[in-house]
Amino acid sequence: MAQVAIAAPKRLTAADLAGSARRRRKERAIRIAFLSAAGFSILVSALIVVSLLGKAVQFLTLVHPAQLLAGGWFPRQGDFGISTLLAGTLIVSAIAMLVATPLGLGAAIYLSEYARPRARRTLKPILETLAGVPSVVMGFFALNVISPRLIQALFGRATSIFSLAAAGIGVGILVTPLVASVAEDAMFAVPRTLREAAYGLGAKKRVTSLRVVFPAAISGIVAALILGVSRAIGETMVVAIAAGATGGALFTLNPLHYGQTMTTAMSSLAIGSDAVGGNSAAAAFPSLFFVGLVLFALTLLLNAAANRFVRRVRRRY
Amino acid sequence: MARRSDLGSGVVAIPGTTATHVVRAALRGKRFRVGDYVVQILLLMTLMIALGVLVVLLGNVAIRGVPVLEQRGTNFLTTTNSTLPFLAGVKQGIIGSLELLVIVLIFAIPLGVGAAVYLEEYAKDTRLNRLLVTNVRNLAGVPSIVYGILGLIIFVEFLKPLTGGLTVISGGLTLAVVVLPIVIITSSEALRAVPNSIREAGFGVGATRWEVIRSHVLPSAAPGIFTGAILTLARAIGETAPLLLVGALLGFFAPGNVGFWGQLRGPYTSLPTLIFSWSTQPNPDFRNLTAAAIIVLMAVLLTVNAAAIVLRNRYERKW
Amino acid sequence: MSESGEYMDAPTVTRSDPSERSIHLERRGRERPEEVLEDASFVFEIKDLEVSYGGVQAVRNVSLNVYENQITALIGPSGCGKTTVLRCLNRMNDLIDGARVEGTLRYHGVDLYEAGIDPVEVRRRIGMVFQKPNPFPKSIYDNIAFGPKIAGFKGNMGDLVEESLTRAALWDEVKGKLKTSATELSGGQQQRLCIARCIAVQPDVILMDEPCASLDPIATLKIEELMYQLVSHYTIVIVTHNMQQAARISDRTAFFTVEVEDDGHRVGTVVEYDLTDHIFTNPKDPRTEDYVTGRFG
Repeated sequence: MAQVAIAAPKRLTAADLAGSARRRRKERAIRIAFLSAAGFSILVSALIVVSLLGKAVQFLTLVHPAQLLAGGWFPRQGDFGISTLLAGTLIVSAIAMLVATPLGLGAAIYLSEYARPRARRTLKPILETLAGVPSVVMGFFALNVISPRLIQALFGRATSIFSLAAAGIGVGILVTPLVASVAEDAMFAVPRTLREAAYGLGAKKRVTSLRVVFPAAISGIVAALILGVSRAIGETMVVAIAAGATGGALFTLNPLHYGQTMTTAMSSLAIGSDAVGGNSAAAAFPSLFFVGLVLFALTLLLNAAANRFVRRVRRRY
Repeated sequence: MARRSDLGSGVVAIPGTTATHVVRAALRGKRFRVGDYVVQILLLMTLMIALGVLVVLLGNVAIRGVPVLEQRGTNFLTTTNSTLPFLAGVKQGIIGSLELLVIVLIFAIPLGVGAAVYLEEYAKDTRLNRLLVTNVRNLAGVPSIVYGILGLIIFVEFLKPLTGGLTVISGGLTLAVVVLPIVIITSSEALRAVPNSIREAGFGVGATRWEVIRSHVLPSAAPGIFTGAILTLARAIGETAPLLLVGALLGFFAPGNVGFWGQLRGPYTSLPTLIFSWSTQPNPDFRNLTAAAIIVLMAVLLTVNAAAIVLRNRYERKW
Repeated sequence: MSESGEYMDAPTVTRSDPSERSIHLERRGRERPEEVLEDASFVFEIKDLEVSYGGVQAVRNVSLNVYENQITALIGPSGCGKTTVLRCLNRMNDLIDGARVEGTLRYHGVDLYEAGIDPVEVRRRIGMVFQKPNPFPKSIYDNIAFGPKIAGFKGNMGDLVEESLTRAALWDEVKGKLKTSATELSGGQQQRLCIARCIAVQPDVILMDEPCASLDPIATLKIEELMYQLVSHYTIVIVTHNMQQAARISDRTAFFTVEVEDDGHRVGTVVEYDLTDHIFTNPKDPRTEDYVTGRFG
């Protein structure tokens, strides 16, 4: 057996316990490196605001307030009716949530309360796959399948092939997995003891899941819906492909009509070529930043609200 | 008797749903058994609708796109874009997407994992650090097109000497910023899943924090981090909107700048951008072409996702 | 808060004869005369130790001296600060957000909490074995080799690993499978592995936080016998819920209890600290007597 000496003098000095300075310096440097990586995320936030503000303010100086109240959004003609974009965004998001809420919550309740482990293992990947579908693919689907086979079939061939409704349904399908996943997490977090207490009182599964677990998870479910709305508002490509209107759009509340949302107004400005001269054209490109600022502020508010609901769930359990 | 401690803790007070009502209602009728099944079927239907949509979507794409691929074969993958559908191919899209992916990998993974390590291993629960976490969560919810604006102002204009302006480098950096919050969140989850007992054991034998992280925490969390990274890359592959603002071209290149190095230094595009471009073409022949391009894109994505799942299963059984 | 179950339910103490005032001491032939025990030098001098978490006081008025090459047991009901005090001895409480340590804690004459002391070096010299065995998810060899490697050990690692495992009474059982995963060992073997891992960095103190709490009686016995062998080379401080264990193996025992303030908040403190013999056969404080005779706790 190898003889290994033990170093344990009877009296030590502080210097003995001072450790290796080299090791400590290395630790400090590494800590700073990691801190910088984390700090970079704050830098990104700052950069977003900086990027938006500059030209957004410039836009506001270039336009007359009356232009913002125009009845349509035709940036190259000087019509900057922001209400048009807000209406378009609202319609698409509303239809999207009409699709995503029942589908998402239904799937969440089923997966969390009813599905057997084997079923869960096959069904969850399906939802995850749906979540992985790129938005351009969904846009293609919305234009070539949802629009002719659903919208036009229901409302007649006279309606436009491009419609906010078709886009809305497409966005809804994209948002469903997000709603389902957050809602399911919320319901999963409800402690078993709560369910068992209800069963112990003789309640059936439907009653338990709908009237005990669901209300208990309500904060998380509300968070899921808010996050869904936020994602729907921020969706670009599905609407760009399926809702048409690259040059601009009139104010409309008709979902069967083509239209623009805040996001597609931005993408149109980005890819369009400026052909018209004059003062209005100068304001066209900067309007991109103004709309971006409004969009950013809106989603930030929604996400902050959603986070507050998520924190309520965490505190409870 | 309902024990208040069981039901009182989590149930939000909604009138009519206290336990006794539940009991009374439930015990009242056998007809509720049918109701239970109906609800179960309804819920299952929602999942089936989701499945059905996926099937119809893939089916539609397959029906349109497979003939094109059969007809054109690998030629589809190796020819460049064109105004004529019968001559157009996705070569530039594939090259562009690959180049973008590499740049995203180089920037988003180290920064994201590094930030996650700081947040989970080093940061104390101070206001500053809670702010960092909230900030990351907010960034994850920002619409991707807004990141395009950041890319335009910062990478294309401000950092023009470094990136070259409207190049794939700007595009890649923009996408890296888009997926950065997701990398941070998934890596944080993977790190949190490492049991604290391992860290204590490490500290107990006189290891510094970095030594504990490097030798024990990161290896344990590696499968989760890796899987998260792959899924993030899959997301980056499919992104289009921000690229539109930083120079991804919809149109057609001059014959000169087409190759790998050409796209690196100059105008570029990506596979989803091509899909977007083609799907808005009035010429109906482009529709089937778009479907074929979608098949290529989905094939890439499915491979990436499958790789992630396989790797996750393999590493989960390691120790 | 402490990971090792500060707030676990109090264990039930079985008493066979309620009229007995002392516990039968099974010393297994290792009684050491009082004169020998008194003559040893201090490893730790603890005076007026006070610990608070996030401003809330958890432990106060702890004063005791830990003697070299002796087993000191910290006993008492749950939640009275035994683990907290133990973790102060190797500065593990530094890792807990908001933990504050006040008072004097000297190790071989050096104040452990003075400026310039590197907790990393402290933890190398004062090792710790935890309540639930926590081997690294690596091979047996790598588990042992990790500590010495980062401490800069330049000698023959294979020999050091063998030596450590031998001292931990585990070598014979694992010598043929050093490269296999440590998590495949049984609970008792894993705990001995953790002891070996601790020994490998050549400490002079081993702190044990309820090391047998998750082990079966036979494994517990093995660890207790191991402790008798280890104490000739190391100083051992052990926190235990098991009174009989403390009575069996320790040379000195400190009895902790919890004091409830007017506002209901509970603070742990030391009631009595003496040779184990005295604590269990002739305790000075009535609270100690109540606990060791099983009237409460």
